[in-house]
This record gives sequence, C-alpha cells and structure tokens, in this order.
Amino acid sequence: MGRIAALTRNPVMIALVAMLAIAGCASKKTPNNAADLGLNGAGAATPGSAKDFTVNIGDRIFFDTDSTSIRADAQTTLSRQAQWLNQYKQYAIVIEGHADERGTREYNLALGARRAAATRDFLVAKGVSASRLKTISYGKERPVAVCDDISCWSQNRRAVTTLSGAGS
Amino acid sequence: MKSILKPLLMIAAMAMGMTAAGTLPALALVELNVNKGNVEPLPIAITDFQGGDALGAQISEIVTADLKRSGLFAPIDKSAFIEKISNPDAAPRFDDWKVINAQALVTGSVGKEADGRIRAQYRLWDTFAGQQMSGEQFFANDANTRRVAHIIADAIYERLTGEKGYFDTRVVFIDESGAKNARKKRLAIMDQDGANVRYLSDGKSIVLTPRFSPNRQEITYMSYESGQPRVYLLQIETGQRELVGNFPGMTFAPRFSPDGQKVIMSLLRDDGNSNIFAMDLRSRSTTRLTNSTAIDTSPSYSPDGSQVVFTSDRGGRAQIYVMGADGSGQNRISFGDGVYSTPVWSPRGDLIAFTKQTGGEFQIGVMKTDGSGERILSSGFQQEGPTWAPNGRVLMFFRDSAGGPKLVSVDLTGRNEQSIPTTNFASDPAWSPLLE
Repeated sequence: MGRIAALTRNPVMIALVAMLAIAGCASKKTPNNAADLGLNGAGAATPGSAKDFTVNIGDRIFFDTDSTSIRADAQTTLSRQAQWLNQYKQYAIVIEGHADERGTREYNLALGARRAAATRDFLVAKGVSASRLKTISYGKERPVAVCDDISCWSQNRRAVTTLSGAGS
Repeated sequence: MKSILKPLLMIAAMAMGMTAAGTLPALALVELNVNKGNVEPLPIAITDFQGGDALGAQISEIVTADLKRSGLFAPIDKSAFIEKISNPDAAPRFDDWKVINAQALVTGSVGKEADGRIRAQYRLWDTFAGQQMSGEQFFANDANTRRVAHIIADAIYERLTGEKGYFDTRVVFIDESGAKNARKKRLAIMDQDGANVRYLSDGKSIVLTPRFSPNRQEITYMSYESGQPRVYLLQIETGQRELVGNFPGMTFAPRFSPDGQKVIMSLLRDDGNSNIFAMDLRSRSTTRLTNSTAIDTSPSYSPDGSQVVFTSDRGGRAQIYVMGADGSGQNRISFGDGVYSTPVWSPRGDLIAFTKQTGGEFQIGVMKTDGSGERILSSGFQQEGPTWAPNGRVLMFFRDSAGGPKLVSVDLTGRNEQSIPTTNFASDPAWSPLLE
C-alpha cells in the first residue's frame, strides 16, 4: 500500500505512464483529443511552467548504491533539463541530493551533497549558468519511498532539480 | 525553559558510620571482564528505603532498575526477603540474607529536612563477610528524587565493581514522529533511563546529531533552520542558540573536544567532497585537518585530545582513520570486510566504537585504537550511531525496526542488550558525562 502510494506520487512515474498512453494511442491512430485520453493533468502543462518541467522534462535522476556517477539514463534526463533551463532562464535552481537509508546518517549527508554537486556540474557543463544553481543535501532524511527493500532504496537515491519560486 | 542541568542537587556526601568505608578491603564483589563471555550477575537485595511515604519505595525501585539494567546485578524479588528492615542503620541479620543468596544488601532511609530538602542515605552490606561496605547520605531539593536514586545506584555500582557508574546521566537525542516520508524531528533530552523527557526544539526544521559538551551545559547539533544545514550550539538551560562558524557550505557531524573549547566537524567543499575542520570557540579561528577529494566525516577526539578518529572513503569505500589533532599522520585502522562509519572514541581511551555494514547487516562493534581486536556487539537490519556511557562500559545506539528508530543499549560483552523506553521514535543518542 505504502509503496504504491509513493510510486504514484512520483512525478517521473506519472510522466512515464502518460507517455506510454500517448504512444499506445498514437500507434492506433485514434483521433482522440487529450481530454478523452484523460491526460489533462500531464500533457496540458503550460510550456515553461514549473509543472511543465516536472511532468514533461523530469525533475529527478537516480543513482546506483553508494555511487555519485551520473548514469546514462540520468544523463539523458539532465540534458533535457539543461535544454529547458537554458530556454527558461527566469528560474533559479536548487538541486537536492538524497541518499537511501542503507548508510549511516552523517556519511549519507555527505553522499547526498556529492550527488547534488555531480548533478550541478553536469548541468553547468551543458551550459546552465553556475550562478543560477545551488545545492542542498538531505542525506537519508527525506525519502520519497518508504518500504524497506531495494525497490524503495533505488527511488530514494536521487537528485531532484527544483525551481525556486515554483510553488509546488 | 526551566533549568535542567544547574546543580540543583547539593551532593553532600559523607561516609556514614558504623564502619568507615575506607578501612574495608577495597575488594570488588563483581568482576568486570569485557572479554569474558558470561558475567554472572551478582544477587543483591535492595530493601525499600524507610520513611518519606511512597518516596522510600520509589528510590528503591529506581536503584533496582538501574542495577538490573546494567546486567551486572540480579536484584532479588522482595517477596523472598525474610528480615523486615526496621532500622536501616543497624546491622541486619546476615543469616536471613545469606539464606536467600543475597550477596549484597542495600538498606536506606529518606526524609525531609527542616529547610525542605530531601535527605537520602543508604548502607551497602556484604552479607557473607557480615559487614558494611559503604554508607553515604545525600541532600537534594524536591524535584530531584530520581537523581538521588541514580546517585545512590552509581555509588553501589562503584563500590561493588570498582568502576564509576553511569546512572546519574542524561541523553540528548532526536525525537521522531510522523510518517517516514514526512518525519518530524525534534531535539530532546532525558535521563539515561528514559525518564524526564524535555524537548529542546519545535520540530519545524530537521535537526540531527546532537552531542554533549563536556561541561554538560551545551550541546552541538546540526539544523536546517536557515535553509542550508549547519552546525549550531545550544545552551540547554537558557535555550540560547548560536551558529558555529560562518562557512559557505553545509557544516555537519559536529563534536566537542574533550576540553570543550573546540568543535570539530565536516565542511562541504564546492566540489562535493567533505573535509574536517576544528573551530576554537573562543578565538573563532578554524583549522583545516583534512584536505582530500573524498568524504571525510564523523570526527571524534581521543579523551586526551591528542588524536582524532574519523570516517573517510578516500580508499574507495568508507573506512576508519586516525590522525593527530593537528591533522598529521592520517592512517587507516579498519581493514575488515565491510563499510565502517561513525567511529567514536571511548571516554576511557582504550576502544573505538563504530557502525559496520556487511552482508546486508548493520553492526555495532568496538576495536582497539590501532584497529586490532574488532568485536561485534550487536547485529541487525538497520542500526547505527553508537555513543559511550561515561564509564566506557556501555554503548547506546539506534535501531530501525517496526516503522522507525528506537534506542538500544548494549554492554561490552554484547550479551546485555536493553531497550530505552521513549514515547515516540528516537535516534542519534548522545550520552552526557556524569552530572555534577
């Protein structure tokens, strides 16, 4: 129960479900509009809005256990983020670094900080101005998924790009 | 905030009586040998203290609980007592106590002085030798009856083991409530047995890793209250708070030096690594102790202040290192199979406690200061963060199970594990020195 609830709260998963739905329908060439497909929530975000960023770009990346290297899938997400951030320059950005619970508290604060820094450095290398970027580590203090096994830990090892003043 | 740590308790201790304690053989009835597996707890009879209505029984109950939880004593059930003590100052009928195998006997009394203070006195008897081992009396004001009982328990522990006790102490910790993904964390302080909990923060910001100053009046901890996580000092009595240093990035993992003059902690570098700094609290000058492109954290001073033990992943995964207090001679001391973190130097100087992750488990263990002689005291799915009792014989840590963390203590034999009762979930315990 807890895990399912956590998953559906995860915007990446929502975006993924939405994209699959679009792909599936497109292949059948069904001329439905977005409202009929029930995609009002996901697809209708105003371009350039914080919701657009979270839903259509993806605000988070995930890491391997005790690792701070940016995985291939994360590079794709961050490249998309950089492109978007370079287009919409009105936002200041805070990158939150997080760790799973399989480490001790102080070490995980440091690990979360390192993940946030690695994410920041990737975005800077993709042209996002360093002056717009701040980082903060939450260590293992802010899990999004709350079960006690691997499926949750992998969701908690993350860096989340947040737009300040986004009001979300 | 009401005063907690001010010496409300006037400890006018004096040896009482019939036999001067100093003239007795200083032979301990209980042998503390941490390397020997089985310590046979000493059977002891603790009678209700005379006078003071319910107070006498309450003091006896607290002394009994303290001694029992230490694992070194086996208090005998009162229903087995044969002699009913009517005069706690007179020699008991030793045969009545020997026959129920009480090797030690505690008698005592409690009463109110004309000035309103409470006076409590105890006598400790060696029933087989047929003589008094010690006797003392203490004065306290009304609000401190639990402390009087803990002090008496410490006196008995010390007389019977030859080691200082640890019952008249407090623990600062993080009180945790609410769902796991929205946990409210509050600074809290309580007696070592879980009594007298008080909150020191409001729960609006995340707070972590509180540690006692050797002067018992302050704690250092980490808080997110300014947005960026930083190390703070808090005066327990006045509630006055102060940022430690003015660093650009996150500061974390603070601890006091043994003289209380410095706080040692980690500072996040711009490249995402963390190094160890010490800050002099009077001059405000800071000294960098490590400068590696690695995570260096969880520093803890040796009790003489000459060395620091810390965690670093400079060799790939987190291991334990020791260096001079000036940062010189950084040497790895842990070489076991697993990941090591949260090293804490024993107040006796002889051991370093740590958390070790291996085989999907979290273990609490100790090693000698050169890394040899590793012993695992407790293993579990998720547990971490040991803190030492001031006598260096017991560790407290936190264990996550059934939805959240709770506090647990274990002695150095690893055989005596006790849970510490707390209302909510609790983590990051830090043990105070003996109170004054």
